[in-house]
Formats: sequence, structure tokens, C-alpha cells
Amino acid sequence: MDNNKSWIDQRFPLTKVWNEHLAEYYTPRNFNFWYFFGSLAMLVLVMQIVTGIFLTMHFKPDAANAFASVEYIMRDVDWGWLIRYLHSTGASAFFIVIYLHMYRGLLYGSYKAPRELIWILGMVLYIALMAEAFMGYVLPWGQMSYWGAQVIISLFGSVPFIGPDLLVWILGDYAVGDPALNRFFSLHVIALPLILVVLVFLHIVALHTVGSNNPDGVEIKKNKDKDGIPKDGIPFHPYYSVKDIVGVVVFLMIFSAVVFFAPAMNGYFLEHANFVEANPLKTPDHIAPLWYLTPFYSVLRAIPPMFGSQFPGVVGMFAALLILLALPWLDRSKVKSIRYRSWPYKVALGIFVVSFIILGWLGMQPVTPVNALLARIFTAAYFGFFILMPWFTSIGKTKEVPARVTEK
Amino acid sequence: MKKLLKTTTSVLAGLTLSFSVMAAGGGALDHANTDINDQKSLQNGASLFMNYCSGCHSIEFMRYNRIGKDLNISDADVEKDLMFSGDKIGNPITSSMSKEGAEKWFGTTPPDLSLVSRSKGVDWIYTYLRGFYKDDTRPFGVNNKILINASMPDVLWELKQNKSAEDFDQDVRDITNFLDYVGEPAKLVRVDLGYKVLGFLFVLFILSYLLKKEYWKDVKYGKWRAKD
Amino acid sequence: MSGQEIDLKKRRFLTNATSVVGAVGVGFVAWPFLSSWMPSARAKAAGAPVDVDISKLESGQLVRVLWRKKPVWIFRRDAATLSDLKTLDSELTDPNNQEDQQPAYAKNTHRSIKAEVAVIVGVCTHLGCSPTYRPELGAADLGGDAWKGGFYCPCHGSKFDLAGRVYAGAPAPTNLIVPPYHFVSDSLIRIGIDPKAS
Repeated sequence: MDNNKSWIDQRFPLTKVWNEHLAEYYTPRNFNFWYFFGSLAMLVLVMQIVTGIFLTMHFKPDAANAFASVEYIMRDVDWGWLIRYLHSTGASAFFIVIYLHMYRGLLYGSYKAPRELIWILGMVLYIALMAEAFMGYVLPWGQMSYWGAQVIISLFGSVPFIGPDLLVWILGDYAVGDPALNRFFSLHVIALPLILVVLVFLHIVALHTVGSNNPDGVEIKKNKDKDGIPKDGIPFHPYYSVKDIVGVVVFLMIFSAVVFFAPAMNGYFLEHANFVEANPLKTPDHIAPLWYLTPFYSVLRAIPPMFGSQFPGVVGMFAALLILLALPWLDRSKVKSIRYRSWPYKVALGIFVVSFIILGWLGMQPVTPVNALLARIFTAAYFGFFILMPWFTSIGKTKEVPARVTEK
Repeated sequence: MKKLLKTTTSVLAGLTLSFSVMAAGGGALDHANTDINDQKSLQNGASLFMNYCSGCHSIEFMRYNRIGKDLNISDADVEKDLMFSGDKIGNPITSSMSKEGAEKWFGTTPPDLSLVSRSKGVDWIYTYLRGFYKDDTRPFGVNNKILINASMPDVLWELKQNKSAEDFDQDVRDITNFLDYVGEPAKLVRVDLGYKVLGFLFVLFILSYLLKKEYWKDVKYGKWRAKD
Repeated sequence: MSGQEIDLKKRRFLTNATSVVGAVGVGFVAWPFLSSWMPSARAKAAGAPVDVDISKLESGQLVRVLWRKKPVWIFRRDAATLSDLKTLDSELTDPNNQEDQQPAYAKNTHRSIKAEVAVIVGVCTHLGCSPTYRPELGAADLGGDAWKGGFYCPCHGSKFDLAGRVYAGAPAPTNLIVPPYHFVSDSLIRIGIDPKAS
């Protein structure tokens, strides 16, 4: 054995990992605001796992006791209210952070070669996160939990031929009830978190293999000095570790403000109707999924039933998610970053973002003829962004990309 | 199986068409203007609630001694003034009315009010309690302007008759305030704690920002630079 | 200073300051999580004082009640038993209650407020089993004539006398615990609250 190595290094590649992924991992020097959200997503994941572990110690996954056990946490358990608010606010914060992280990818073309796999792993993460959030929302067993689950799971009933059997299999009963609550609990606290952690690991392995993109979309590895260090790179540690700490503290300030001053966020983070225990005999007056799922819910509602079946809407909703996976191959542009893109892309991205936000808003609103029309228009815009992408990314004049990253 | 398919379809149809039936009744709500830090108001609200409401309505997620602790009322006073049923001080506040009796008298079970402030909001409670008017067609001779055909009698009529309008409104406000507290007892402490947490984070922000600036001098002034 | 020099001292100070304040923050965050393991309001309410009516308790009879999820024995001893207790001292580990296993007001030979009424937590001080009540004098399996009645722990064979004092040589290290209690009236015992505190 190499006697120059420490006891641990002879047995475990500690220094090697530290160097490869932190101290000698070279990161573009020109990261801006948008590059905080990767590390923040990691922070929120850890927070959700820790608060989740402690909530699981007091929660009862039982249709007869679940609702009361959440109130037990809120009142009888010392500091239970804080742990619960951290977890419920964390769920929404997770999606805010993830949406901004994804938007960064769109801005700077982070999904383009050679980073297609990072993007795909990220999208699978996003879909797994939605499943995780949905199942978590069922657990408090309020009216919204119950009827939201009823509606979303009913979607599976619309699958041709096997739908009804599939539905019963998923529920383990003929309606949402104790078996569904119990299996969602298991998936929410064990299965999906494990999947999420593994996917995050793979996402980062893939990232560290090709290296980070940056706001200029310049590959820093193309310009190395005689020691093989990218000329535009700086070691992740200490430079980006200290920078990310600032991001974390600012995030925590905003996050704490919500937790302590507006934990229900006026019904957006904790819905009013979910403070009423699940009642299979009475649907609330107005039901909608939580805000982070509403864009896709809008797509579902926008597509009319065909041949007496709701299935096309369900297909549309899943297509809206799955089409994101194809993004790296739909984009034909030679440049990555928005800074050097042609104007048609900038316009299309603007329309896409506006459509997504409006679809999200519509998903929370009751359906009126006007809203239904709007939902269809913006659903078309949503899909149009992807379908037309090969065209609008290949027209218009792009600016010349500099050889090196630019300083501000 | 066919029935199931039908249910599924109808749920989905409902889903595509509309969930738009807004809350029955409607009408604008009066502003409750409650202040959860007003301990006098909470104490008065607690006493009014126990006198006028708790006969029928439970607040089963709340314990007697928690109210005492939070509202600064001694255990002895809680037992004397707020407890009627010979209950234990650590117990949840259940109502003394039986379910069967309630069904018979009101045609429905009076709901538990632990979380009414969170599901309906304080303005709704305030408006509802002030919203009773005479209507001889109803079993109890009264109706309510925001919960039409409410099956609850106007339990506060005595107060309404014997007090000035302002005092009555204050009493209703106190009950509403108390129910707001009951909906989320942690509300009494979380805002204060929030300021402390933010203060702490602000200190950490200053330090971490200076630290970042210090290290990034390397990048700015070329102390860290790959060899050209 | 031009601002271009690296001030290592300043850098080290800021690193330390941020680390210390950050660590304090982590400590603050840990507190609510650790506190959440303390008995909840529900557990505390369930652990509230328990009242036991002893008006019908006959001599030699033992009743068990749950206090804080633990069995508490209340039993009545006759004069013969009480005088037997005094003869056992040489066989016991701690006949004079030197170990702090009882409130001050029960630090006497009979380990109780009223000599004839015993109130003892029925949990063996060895590993937490609940011993069996064996009041019969001279039980053959417990030492024959020498046995003046007491408690026998089925798990590891510890023996206690009728005041809950442990016999020497048993695996249990100390006498059984006497809980705080007081007499509300002659026939009513409240377990969980000391006499003066009520």
C-alpha cells in the first residue's frame, strides 16, 4: 500500500472524491443568479427527508386516524407545528426551486449536447417528484387530499380496456380509502424518496462527467492551460461553496418568512378545504390540485373527451410531461445560450413561459367557457413550443459566440 | 364493474366540465378585525365559547389545560370557569351532546369547531355569528344571511338584546378571535419566533456574504487563474 | 491596501465566524426536532395523576392501576406482615432505603405514608418486568419457611418483600420504586402528586 496516503485513503477514496468533485472540480467562473437553484434543490431535498422522517414518527397512515394525527402533530407534539410547516412549505419550495432550475436550462441551453442525459435524468426526477408530492398531499386526509386523489386516480380508469381493473388494483378497494392511503404512505416515505436520491446521484454523476454549462454556453473544457485546467474554470470549492452558502442563507430567509408568517400561503400551500376531514359523501365546492401540478391539470381539462372517453385528455397530460424529454433533439440551434440566440427563439421561449404560467393559473380556476377556450389556446402554445422548435431554432440570425466566457 | 366504469366516467366528466359551483349563499363578508395577541379578547372569547357554544360544538383537538397555559388562565380558574362537564383538565374539549340527540333536535350533528377558522376563515365566522335574522318559516325562527337555512338557533340572541351593538360586535369578535386561536394555537408564538429566525439569518447572511466577497477577490484580481 | 492583496487573517476570521454562527444555527434547528421526542400533550394527559378508591381494599388484597403506562400496586398489609418486615433486614440489599427509590415521606420500614397501605410501582428494577404478587407465607418454591410473603420476578428471579425491598443476591440492584402519592381522603389515594404539592 501507498504509505503516503492516510489510513482512510488507503481504504476509501476520500481525498480522491473530494478533489474530483469539489477542490479540483473546475466550474465556469461566470455563473449568475440562475445557477443557485441546483444546490438549493439539493438543500430542499435534504430538508424534506429530515422533516419527513420526524413527521413519520407521529403520523398514523390510517383513514380513521390520519387527519387527527396531523392535528396531533400541530398541537400536542412539542414543536410539531414547525416540523409540519417546514415540510409543507418545503414541498412548494421544492417546485419553485425546480421550476427555476429548469428555466435556467432553457435559458442557457443546458440540455444540449453533451448534456442530454443530465436533462433526461432531471426530467425523470421532476416526474418522480410530482408523484412524491401528489402522494404526500393525500396523507393528511383532508377533503382536498381525498377528492384530489379520487380525481387523479380516476384518470387511470380511463385507460382503454383495462382501465376499471387498473383503478381497482391501484386503490385496493372500490374507492379511495384506507388501502390507498396506506400504500401511498409507503410509496411517499420509502419508495419514491429512494428513487429520488438515486436519480439525484445519477444527475450529478452525469453533470460532473461533462461539466457545467454557463450563461455564455461556452465549453470551458475546450480551452485548457498546460496543466490541463480549463482557463475559464475555478475550483468549485472554495469559490462556489462559499457563493452557494450565500444563496442558501437568502433562500432560508425567504423560506422562513413563509413558514413563520404565512404557512398556508392563503390557501396556495395548504388549501382551506384540507382543514376539513375527508368525507366520501361530500365533494368540496371547488377542487383543484396544488399549484405546482395545475399546468398539467389544465392541459388535461383543455382536451375534450373523444369517442365518449376522457382518455385523450390523460394522454395529453402525460404527453405534456414526456415531450420535455425530447427537448435536446428538438433544438436545432448551433448556440446554447439565450445571449446569442436568434430572436425567434427568444419570442418562442417568452410565449412558452407565459403559457405555462397561465395554464397553471387556469388549473386553479373553475371552468367557464372563457377559461376553457383560454386553456385550449395555451395548451396549443405549450405543445407548439416543442413541435415548432426544430423550425424556429434553425431560422433567424444568431450572434457569434465568444471563445471564452465573458466577464460582467 | 359496469357501475365502477360509470362512476369513473362521471367523475371524469365532472372534472372536465366544471367544479365551479361556488359556496352556497355567498355575499360579501364583514371584516372580523381580530387580534390574536389581544389576550383579554381571547379570554373573553374562551369564556363565551364555553358558555354559548360548547354545549353543542366540540373543539376536540384542543385541551383544556392548553387553553389555560396559552391564555394565561390558571388551572384552577380553567376548572372553575371553562369546564362544565366534570372532565379532566388534560382532556380534549368534547361536547356533552350525544350524536343521536343532535340528529333528533337539529337534523344534523353540530360540527367540531377546532379548525373552522382555517377552513372558513375568521371573516366568515364573524359574519355568520352576526348574520342571524328572524324567519318564522325556519324551525328555530331564525335564518342566516350567509349560511342559508342554517340548522343552528341564534344562540347569542340574549347577548344581542342586552348589549349595545358595539359591545355585541366585540363579543362576537372575541369568540371569532378565540376560534382563530383554536384553529392554530402555534399562531401565538410563530410570528415572534419568525422575527428572531430572520434576525439570526440576517447576521449569517452578512457573514457569509463577506466571506464570499473575500474569497472571490481571487477570481476578480486573478489570484486564481489557470496558467496561460 | 489596494484591495488586491489576500488578507489571510481576515479570510480565516470570516471562515471561522461563519462556521460558528452556522453551527449555532444548526443547533437551534436541532432543538425542535429533538424536543419532538418528548412526551406529547396527549402522553402527558394520559400520564396525569390517577385516583384509587381503597375503601373496599381488604387486608392482603392487591389492586393494580396504570399510572404513566406502568403498573402501580396498592395493597393492604396486616399487623403481622408489618412486624415481619422488621425481621428481614439482614437478608436485604438496602433495608434502610439508602438508595433514592422513594419520596422522603416513604423513607421508613414500611415504605409508605400509612403503614398498612403500600403503593409501589410494579416494575422490577433489574430489567423492567413486572413481578408476581406472592403473599403466601412459607411458599416452598421461594425458600420455604423463610419466605414472609412478597414479590417474585419471573424474568430473572429477583425477590422483594412486602415493602418492595429487594432481597440480597437477586439480580435487581435496588428496591422497587414508590411513586409520589397522597391521601385525598381516608379512602382515596391520588397517585402522581406529592402530599404537600396538592
